[in-house]
Amino acid sequence: MKYSIFSLARAALSGHKNWKPTWRDATPKDRYDVVIIGGGGHGLATAWFLASEFGIRNVAVLEKGWIGSGNAGRNTTIIRSNYGLPGNTGFYELSMKLWERMEQDLNYNAMVSQRGVLNLYHSDAQRDAFARRGNTMRIKGIDAELLDRAALRKMLPFLNFDNARFPVQGGLLQRRGGTARHDAVVWGYAHAASELGVDIIQNCEVTGFTRDANGKVTGVETSRGKIGAGKVGMAVAGSSSRVAAMAGLRLPIESHVLQAFVSEAIKPLLPNVMTFGAGHFYVSQSDKGGLVFGGDIDGYNSYAQRGNLPVVEDVCEGGMALIPMIGRVRLLRQWGGIMDMSMDGSPIIDKSPVDGLYINAGWCYGGFKATPGSGLVFAHLIARDQSHKEAALFGLDRFQRGAMIDEKGQGAQPNLH
Amino acid sequence: MRITCPFCGERELGEFTYLGDAKPQRPAADAGEDAVYDYVYLRDNIAGLMSEHWYHGGGCRAWLKVTRNTLTHEISAVEPAAGAGAAKVGA
Repeated sequence: MKYSIFSLARAALSGHKNWKPTWRDATPKDRYDVVIIGGGGHGLATAWFLASEFGIRNVAVLEKGWIGSGNAGRNTTIIRSNYGLPGNTGFYELSMKLWERMEQDLNYNAMVSQRGVLNLYHSDAQRDAFARRGNTMRIKGIDAELLDRAALRKMLPFLNFDNARFPVQGGLLQRRGGTARHDAVVWGYAHAASELGVDIIQNCEVTGFTRDANGKVTGVETSRGKIGAGKVGMAVAGSSSRVAAMAGLRLPIESHVLQAFVSEAIKPLLPNVMTFGAGHFYVSQSDKGGLVFGGDIDGYNSYAQRGNLPVVEDVCEGGMALIPMIGRVRLLRQWGGIMDMSMDGSPIIDKSPVDGLYINAGWCYGGFKATPGSGLVFAHLIARDQSHKEAALFGLDRFQRGAMIDEKGQGAQPNLH
Repeated sequence: MRITCPFCGERELGEFTYLGDAKPQRPAADAGEDAVYDYVYLRDNIAGLMSEHWYHGGGCRAWLKVTRNTLTHEISAVEPAAGAGAAKVGA
């Protein structure tokens, strides 16, 4: 169905009892042109772009749980394109532009809110580094503004500007950045893809690949039987190594747990998304009023979807250092998601060494903002067998060639990215 | 998660730093690029029991080999890492 002011009025007049499911819960067919493993934001976006941009509509998305039950529902909903390295800068801006038209493209309200993303700086050296990144962005046509202390005092009077150790000196602001409702992003892509004939199949766990005599992937074995496929794409960040292992592949990835938090609802306080530059703490306020915040990954390999207390303490200390007034706000919920931490902190979108298998992985903790861009470039790769120009540097072989995209300059230690 | 250090006893997680999987072994100097690539970049990324290196920086400063389940965080064994100072003197 098509959503509009009229469909809303019609449904309201009948007491909201006649809404139809927004997407079709399909049962698997024997064969598809393309099978996408993973019904999160990236998998569903890929399916939608395959159907809408590349005319491939005989597509299935397989999800072992329910759609959006993985990292799509476990992030802090931030969207931005403030990256500094070739490869990242262009790709994330492609994604940002797609966020700006997503709701019209999908006919779905994803509550995209361009409230601005502000990175605070606390020293002259950090200001210079941020200015450099801001200039890199502006050269690429991306908006960036360097704000001084006076401008910030007007905007965010409650910050701890005179913290003895980490005084707030200013910030780099991307006004086009912001947040989006993560569940609605998943539902929106599911809605639009389903309308174009994509089968969304839940409770369908992939347990292996079927291969022909030459080793080419011909389909997948699942908890709901064998499904044939012309091509198979995997978009299962968090579990990429486990799925790739079924095809005999080892990846330059470790799985780590990242925790996030939400406080009880308070009155409107934070106008934008804000990051503390002297520790790892980032925060925004949801439309319900809760402060949504997070920090570092825990730092050890994990598939447990829950973390430990040292990081909880560290994140809360970061919050207190920056905004002392939140000290009496109570924590409402806390959760963990499993991140594909790659060896250079950047994603992998490439054909795999196994014929017929395509990889979309290694999103570290930047996957949510990449959702629409990831869908477009992965669909491009699958449909045309060549990389989209904005994803050409995300090759799986870049580690072997020494062509890393290491935004933080940390080297091959995944828990430091 | 608490780790029982063989030298210091049970201590909270914040005292320890994680290195990673203890399985990769540095290849010989003449082993070739593929072996180095494998050692530096590729990981089994095990879901289940994994042997890994932790450093007890907030305690005895020994490197430890910890057997831990990455699905549950349950720790089943902790021993001094081979080659670490404490292991060398047989402590």
